Amino acid sequence: MRVCGPVRLEQGGPEIVPVEPWCLTVAGARQLRAAPERGSLVTMPVLVVEDLHVSVGKEPILRGVELALEPGRVHALMGPNGSGKSTLAFTLAGGPGYAVTQGRVSLDGEDLLSLPPFERARKGLFLAFQYPPEIEGVSLREFLRLACAERGQGFCEFQKSYPQAISRLRMEAFDGRELNVGFSGGEKKRAELLQLYLLKPKVALLDEPDSGVDVDALRLIAGAIRDLAEGGAAVLIITHYPRILDHVPPSEVFVLDGGRIVERGGPELAQRIGEEGFEAVRG
Amino acid sequence: MTAKGTPRTLTREFVEELSVEKGEPPWMRAHRERCLTVFAQSPLPRFGPDLSQLDFSDLAYYARPVDPVTRWEDLPDEIRRTFQALRLPEAEQKALAGLGAQVDSEVVYRSLLDEVRAQGVIFASMDQAVREHPWVQDYFMKAIPPEDNKFAALHGAVWSGGTFIWVPPGVEVAIPLQAYYRMQTEAVGQFEHTLIVAEPGSSVHYIEGCSAPRFARSALHSGMVEIFAKEGARVRFTTIQNWSKNVYNLNNKRALAHAGAAVDWVSGSLGSKVTMLYPTTVLLGPGARTENLSFTFAQDGMWLDSGARALHRAPDTTSRLVSRSVVQGSGKSVFRGTVHVSPLAKGSKAHVECSTLLLTPDAKTETIPILNAETDDVELGHEATVGRVSQDQLFYLMSRGLSQAQAMSLIVNGFVSPILKEIPLEYAIELKGILEMSFERAIG
Repeated sequence: MRVCGPVRLEQGGPEIVPVEPWCLTVAGARQLRAAPERGSLVTMPVLVVEDLHVSVGKEPILRGVELALEPGRVHALMGPNGSGKSTLAFTLAGGPGYAVTQGRVSLDGEDLLSLPPFERARKGLFLAFQYPPEIEGVSLREFLRLACAERGQGFCEFQKSYPQAISRLRMEAFDGRELNVGFSGGEKKRAELLQLYLLKPKVALLDEPDSGVDVDALRLIAGAIRDLAEGGAAVLIITHYPRILDHVPPSEVFVLDGGRIVERGGPELAQRIGEEGFEAVRG
Repeated sequence: MTAKGTPRTLTREFVEELSVEKGEPPWMRAHRERCLTVFAQSPLPRFGPDLSQLDFSDLAYYARPVDPVTRWEDLPDEIRRTFQALRLPEAEQKALAGLGAQVDSEVVYRSLLDEVRAQGVIFASMDQAVREHPWVQDYFMKAIPPEDNKFAALHGAVWSGGTFIWVPPGVEVAIPLQAYYRMQTEAVGQFEHTLIVAEPGSSVHYIEGCSAPRFARSALHSGMVEIFAKEGARVRFTTIQNWSKNVYNLNNKRALAHAGAAVDWVSGSLGSKVTMLYPTTVLLGPGARTENLSFTFAQDGMWLDSGARALHRAPDTTSRLVSRSVVQGSGKSVFRGTVHVSPLAKGSKAHVECSTLLLTPDAKTETIPILNAETDDVELGHEATVGRVSQDQLFYLMSRGLSQAQAMSLIVNGFVSPILKEIPLEYAIELKGILEMSFERAIG
C-alpha cells in the first residue's frame, strides 16, 4: 500500500498532498481503518519509520525496521531480550550513541532524524524511560513547569493541569519531591506517566511501562495509557511480556527480532506470544 | 582627600598621608604603620594559586572617582546607571533595613531605616566608626592580626571604606542590611574593612555583593571581615561576588562566637581570576554553632581556592561546613575544609561535606579536608564527592523538550540547591541567570 504525505487531519477529513519526496511505502500493507473515537475520520500515521538501520558502537542493532503509528491508537512492540526494542525507542527520541546508518523517520511528514532531541520533544514526541535517571535538587513540579512551558503551556494552564494530573495518578505524595530521586521502580513509572499526561505528546513511546510494578499500579498505568490514546495520541508500548496488554488491548502488535519486524498482527498475536513464547512467531 | 582619584603607590609616606587625610586617631595611624612593616616581611602564601603575576607596584592603593552623596540621583550618571542595573535602589526600597555602596576606596552612599536606627543599631562606614567611636580599637583586627598572613597585613596598612555594624544587646534586626562593593578604576586595589559586633542576644543578617567591569590590567580586592558574636547572638553573613576575570580576590574573614552564639557564612563565588577565601569561625564559648555554606562556579581560566575553618575551643560546639563547586572549561576549584577540635571542646560535633560537579573534561578540582580532634569525645563526619554531568541525565531532560543549555543549567541548579536556597531570593535569581548565560555561551 502506498501512503502519501504530508498528512494533516483537519475537520473535513484528511488532506492528502502527494509530494514525491514524501511518498513512501508502508511495509506489511493493511487496510486503513476508521478510528472509532474520531467518527468518520480516517487516521493516517503520525510517525512513520522506514528501513531503519541503527548501530551502537560498531555493532548493527536494527536492520531495516518498518512501522507506522496512528493517532488515537495503542500499538505494541514486542520482542525477546536483546531484539533491539529499546534501541528503536532511543533512536526515535534522539539518544546519544545511536547511529542511524540508513533509513528515515518522519513525524507528521517531517524528517525527525535531523532534529536534536529537544526539538523532537517540542514537536510532540515523548519517550517514557524504562530507567529514568535521578536528578538531584530539581523538584518534580519545577521541572514539569519548565517542560510544559516549552510545549507552549502557560503558567496558568499548568497551575490547573498539574494538580489534576497528580490526583488522576494518585501521586499526591510525590509533590515536593526531587525528580526521580529515591523513587521506587513503580514510582518512577508513575512519574513518567505524570509527565506524559501533562506534556500531551502526539506520539508516546513507553519503554517497558509495566516492569517492576504491582497490580494496582499496573491498573493505574493501563488506565492512563488508555486515556492518552483516547485523547488522540499514538501510543507504542514496548514490552517483552504481554501482561500489560491484557489491560490495554493494542490495535496492532509488532514483533521485533534480530533488528527487524518479523511479524505483525492484532491483539491475538500478543496472546499467542503470551502462551507460546517468541519461538512461536520466529517461524 | 586632596588628590581625588589619583592612583597611589605603596610607601610609608602614602600610608601616613592616608591616615592623616582620613582624620584618624593616632592608634589607627600606628596600626597602619605596623601592618606595613609586617607586610614587607611576610612571604606570599605557600599554598594555593599562583600569585606571581600580581604586581604590588602596579596598583592604585587608593582611588576615589566619586564623591559621597545622600541621594542616588546625585551620583554621576555612569555609576548611577550601574547601581540601577544592579537594582540596588529597588532592593533598598523593598527588602533591606539599610544599604551602603562603595566605589573603589570610599563609601559613596549609605542609608538606614529609621526604625532600625531607633533600635540603637549603628550602621556606619568603617572610616566614620574609627573617627567617632574610640572603643572600635578593642575590636579592629583583633580577630585577624596582621601577622596572620601577608594580605591581612596589606589590608591593615591600606584599608579604606567598608562597614561597621553594632547591634545592641537583645536587638533583632528583622530584615537584612546590605553593602555593595564596586571596583570602577583600572588596576585599583579595594581594601574595605567590615566589622560586626553583635551584643548578647542580638541578631543580624548582613549581605554583601561585589562586581567590577573588566580592564586589561589586574585589580586586587583584599577585604577583611571580622565578626564578634557575643553570648547567644546570631549573625549571618552572605557574600555574592561576581568580580570580573581580571580581579585577584584575596580575603580574610573570621568570626569569634561566644557561648551559645551562632555564626553562619554563606558565600557564592562566581567571578574573579583568582580567589582565596576561607571564612573561619572560632567557637569560643560552650554551645556555640557555625555553618559555612559555599558555592563556587569556576569558569574557564579561573582558580577559585576556597574553604572553611571551624576551630572548636569550647565544649558542645557544633560546626557544619558544606560546599558545592561547579567547574567549567579550564577552571579549577579547590576546597579546603578544616576542623580543629581542642582538648577542651568535649561533646562537639563537626560535619564537612563537599561535592564538585565537573562540566568539562579540562575542569580540575581538589578537595583538601583537614579534620583534627584532640579529644575522643567528639563526632566528626566527612563526605566528599566529585561527579560529572551524565549524558543520561542530559538526554533525559532534553527528551522532555529542554534545550541543552536549559538541561545543563537545571542539573547544575539542582546540584547547588542546598546552598542556593540559603541565598536571598534576588541573588538566587541572579545566580541562576549567570549560570544559564554561561551555558548558552559555552554550548553556543
